[in-house]
Amino acid sequence: MKDTFDENAERKAWMGLLAKAPEGRVAALLDAAITRPEFTWLRAPEIGSAMVRGRAGGTGAPFNIGEVTVTRCALTLVSGDVGHAYIQGRRKSDAEAAALVDALMQGRNAAAVRKAVLVPLEAEQSAAKTARAEKAAATKVEFFTMARGED
Amino acid sequence: MYVAVKGGERAIESAHAWLAEERRGDTDVAELSIAQIREQLKLSVDRVMAEGSLYDPDLAALAIKQSRGDLIEAIFLIRAYRTTLPRFGASEPVDTGAMACDRRISATFKDLPGGQVLGPTFDYTHRLLDFKLAADGDVPEAPTRESTPGDVPHVTGFLNREGLIEEAPHDDTPPPDLTREPLEMPADRALRLQALTRADEGFTLGLAYSTQRGYARNHAFVGELRIGAVAVEMDIPELGFTIEIGEITLTECETVNQFKGSKTEPPQFTRGYGLVFGQSERKAISMALVDRALRWEELGEDNVGAPAQDTEFVLYHADNIQATGFLEHIKLPHYVDFQSELELVRKLRREAGADQVQEAAE
Repeated sequence: MKDTFDENAERKAWMGLLAKAPEGRVAALLDAAITRPEFTWLRAPEIGSAMVRGRAGGTGAPFNIGEVTVTRCALTLVSGDVGHAYIQGRRKSDAEAAALVDALMQGRNAAAVRKAVLVPLEAEQSAAKTARAEKAAATKVEFFTMARGED
Repeated sequence: MYVAVKGGERAIESAHAWLAEERRGDTDVAELSIAQIREQLKLSVDRVMAEGSLYDPDLAALAIKQSRGDLIEAIFLIRAYRTTLPRFGASEPVDTGAMACDRRISATFKDLPGGQVLGPTFDYTHRLLDFKLAADGDVPEAPTRESTPGDVPHVTGFLNREGLIEEAPHDDTPPPDLTREPLEMPADRALRLQALTRADEGFTLGLAYSTQRGYARNHAFVGELRIGAVAVEMDIPELGFTIEIGEITLTECETVNQFKGSKTEPPQFTRGYGLVFGQSERKAISMALVDRALRWEELGEDNVGAPAQDTEFVLYHADNIQATGFLEHIKLPHYVDFQSELELVRKLRREAGADQVQEAAE
């Protein structure tokens, strides 16, 4: 296990959150909170793909399932902080917003950006996930001929 | 061969213009939006993504609109688009054990940890046309119930504990990729699984059905079927660590197959595996059955000569884009080819004195 101690855990978490955000959401939250800082592109937004892999039997040898569209970019703030984004779909402006948040999270305003962007984003994603899980739970079969044996 | 023939340009332009008009249909009827297709024809979108080998619901919806609902044509469009994308890398293998399950059922165990979760299924519907859908489509909200957080364990894990089922041991061999190198025999399981996950649903279903009817029967039970969302993680070289780059819906089917043992393997249950983009359980179950049939050699089973055991036959005919390309090319002009055939038949008839026979008949 390479991630037993992961100094990048925090950054991984927010980059994952940004990658899965609905279209336009990161930009909306960011722009509501601050005026975007100036930046220069290290890599202008670019659309490509990633090959998604699975494992035979769920746990065995890897195989290729198919690709997923991905947009990536990288930028530098005047402060020198570098922001990266790799997000699902073909969404250049969302990638820009995600990279800006990634860069800002490394600077002095990290706490403010976390509060304004990451916290609500996480709450929304978690609520959406719970809502779906609760619908699934309602379709769970309750056999009444036998004890379930798990309570 | 076919030769280019000039003179068709105007006809082709007119044909395309008419196609556009027919695609739109009656303009008194509201036009379909991409979002409507994506949201309301989701299972079509899922099939196009699975067989197009590209997960992007909006693009699949666009392809379905452009192809007038011809899903193989839509898959063709997606495959063509896919080749234009630079590939940034390959994901870490997805962890289906951590799937946020919409549906999770087992046909082998009634009471199992995590329970039988039916999800949004057509099963148990009466398959009677619902004329309410033809009227106004107000839908009552689906009921909810408190859910238990945490991963849902795989059913095969329980059987593994008793050693009653073959293991799928962890392995990190980089898989071959048939979208990069031509598909060649012999094909290992990783290559077969890639070919099957993007294979035509109908072809895969037919082959799977043939195994159930006795052509290389492998006595499959659906050990587990699950549909839900998994995170896609990829290593980012410029960062030096992996991050989640998105989340996709997958359907996974694990079959548990009867196995009496062979020269090389003890009597135990064996496994077939299906994993497909989107919600596509017919395809995932079919894939698992065909995967299991194709494993006859590594399990030391007899080759009974069934189509589903013939790797070359299965893999070379499962791709509907290759098949449709070759099939449909015969409608393109073959004037020169046919001219030579015509000459040949005339010559043979002359030699056989057929001309005289015909004259006599007249």
